Amino acid sequence: MTAFKTLSVAMLKGFVRDKVTLFFTFLFPLMFLVIFGLVLRDAGADKTRIALVGDGPIVSALRDSGALEFESYNDVDAAVQKVKDGDLPAALIIRGQQVDVRFAQSDQVQSATVLGIINGFVDRANLAATGQPPTFTFAAEKVEDASLKPIQFLTPGILSWGVAVSAVFGSALTLVSWRRKQVLRRIRLAPISTASVLSSRILVSTGVALVQGATFIGVASLPVFGLQLSGQWWLAIPLLLLGTIAFFALGMLVGAFAKTEEAASAAANIVVLPMAFLSGTFFPVDQAPAWLQTVSKIFPLRHMNDGMLDVLVRGKGIEALVVPGAILIGFSLVVGFVASRVFKWEE
Amino acid sequence: MTEERSAVVVRDVRKSYGDLKAVDGISFTVAEGEFFGILGPNGAGKTTTLEIVEGLREPDSGEVRLLGESPWPRNVKLLPRIGVQLQATAFFDKLTAKEQLQTFGALYGVSAGTAADMLELVGLADKANEQESKLSGGQRQRLSIACALVHDPDIVFLDEPTAALDPQARRNLWDVLRAIKERGKTIVYTTHYLDEAEILCDRVAIMDTGKILALDRPAVLVRGLDAPTHVTLQKGVLSVVDASELDGVDEAHEDEVSLTLSTRRPAPVLSALAERGALDGLQVRTATLEDVFLNLTGREYRA
Ligand SMILES: Nc1ncnc2c1ncn2[C@@H]1O[C@H](COP(=O)(O)OP(=O)(O)OP(=O)(O)O)[C@@H](O)[C@H]1O
Ligand SMILES: [Mg+2]
Repeated sequence: MTAFKTLSVAMLKGFVRDKVTLFFTFLFPLMFLVIFGLVLRDAGADKTRIALVGDGPIVSALRDSGALEFESYNDVDAAVQKVKDGDLPAALIIRGQQVDVRFAQSDQVQSATVLGIINGFVDRANLAATGQPPTFTFAAEKVEDASLKPIQFLTPGILSWGVAVSAVFGSALTLVSWRRKQVLRRIRLAPISTASVLSSRILVSTGVALVQGATFIGVASLPVFGLQLSGQWWLAIPLLLLGTIAFFALGMLVGAFAKTEEAASAAANIVVLPMAFLSGTFFPVDQAPAWLQTVSKIFPLRHMNDGMLDVLVRGKGIEALVVPGAILIGFSLVVGFVASRVFKWEE
Repeated sequence: MTEERSAVVVRDVRKSYGDLKAVDGISFTVAEGEFFGILGPNGAGKTTTLEIVEGLREPDSGEVRLLGESPWPRNVKLLPRIGVQLQATAFFDKLTAKEQLQTFGALYGVSAGTAADMLELVGLADKANEQESKLSGGQRQRLSIACALVHDPDIVFLDEPTAALDPQARRNLWDVLRAIKERGKTIVYTTHYLDEAEILCDRVAIMDTGKILALDRPAVLVRGLDAPTHVTLQKGVLSVVDASELDGVDEAHEDEVSLTLSTRRPAPVLSALAERGALDGLQVRTATLEDVFLNLTGREYRA
């Protein structure tokens, strides 16, 4: 037990004292989180702004609906100039009962949207003015949809990716460096089981993963980014641990083949990068073409990602862990087994 | 020396890498408490031999007994009783000297307190909190030896512990090695330094190209040579002709800087030289293991 503890502490110290590793474990993923988080902050909540001159019941109704945003002008010419300059897609001009819309032709989709919205409100106001009950009723209600605010999918994605990267690199580089520096042979000469050595290294990796999780979620929850965790977010913890073990096993496999640290880094990158791009780290994979979605299902990161999304932000319960959990465990067993077969104590 | 009392028994061990016979049928025993040296030039097969005995490599054929047991396959019962310093220094990443020792100690279930004693033993107490990567080559070498000793093993295997040390550090390390021997440990070590082996070892095995060429106490090996003693003088203090006529001189020859006399009876030669007051630049060199090596292989020894 003391051997296990001392080894774990030794490896943890080695980890904490290595600035490059710390950077790639914490700062590098955080950089992505911050940059994407800021760039995409308003993307989901984009509303069309138009120029407005005058006021009235139509404007109030539009304001209440939140369908459009307004920039008020006292002067028609100034408002129209804004449209001409291409700053705003349309100008709504209300003079008593007269509702005029001046719109830019350049962006037809946007002007059509604006015209449609305003038209709808004018028609409804007209109908209401007649006092007639409507022949057809139309009701629209908001549904929580799959297209989350960017920070909501970015955080689970970058978290899974960051954990995968540090677990793969951590185990691959440790293995290769220990083999090259003969630490493996030296350990083999000590009366300690391989399982103890392996599990103390895994313990360090999972500990690091938990700290990564806390850090990334903490930063994403800052008001600037505004991450909203769902009720059962703590279900992410078992997923995080299973993911770490799966990617640790993958790193072992890489490390078993690679002869040098450089080769191990390169190989780990080749494995991790495409996986990250196709697994929804940087964009929701639902928006990718169908074939790509199918391809991405072969990656454990995709499943870890899906699970993270479900429990962290989609508010799903423990049932959402079943598939990703089973896949990660299966992956760990298969890859770990292969790695143990090709494992070599010395060069 | 009966075999039961032997710490190491090696019988006709062979190991080839492809066509290369790294170890080509060697046999030797090491008694408990003995300081045993394996000497030889690069590629002689010293490391391979040592690693076979430690149980790190499987011999192609032959038998190895370590404390009465077979070290291969990995024999967990033996491991606490042997301490190994590999030829390449093996350390954990980013740990200080003291932490390295504590970690290696922990692998053997040794308490952390031993680390400080070990640092003291190898003279690294002032470097306890220095990271291993910041130590000099010689200091790292000493730390590596300390790591091999941390669990107080009965047999210590050291692969070129004095390589890359300055003369002072080498001598300090000799003291360490002697101190280990004093504690009743068996030491098996390899070296390139024939002079060092002569000073430290109870017995040495001289290896070349996978074979043991000679095995005995250093003094016996040297004596068995019946090699002449060389007396060197500054050139000009004596002519070559006068020198060769001195009683006991077998041969005299001169080069640009010195006159060298070969003799098998150095005592009368030296007193004759003293009588003539011809002692300027006097050096006396008796046969060494180097001469033994030269004699055995016909090659000059190059470490
Ligand atoms: N793993 C290996 N694979 C192939 N050849 C090897 C291997 N290990 C050693 N050899 C070869 O076996 C021979 C003996 O090597 P060994 O390391 O035992 O020599 P050594 O006496 O320890 O040399 P040095 O003084 O340089 O340490 C060398 O020719 C070496 O190239
Ligand atoms: Mg060697």
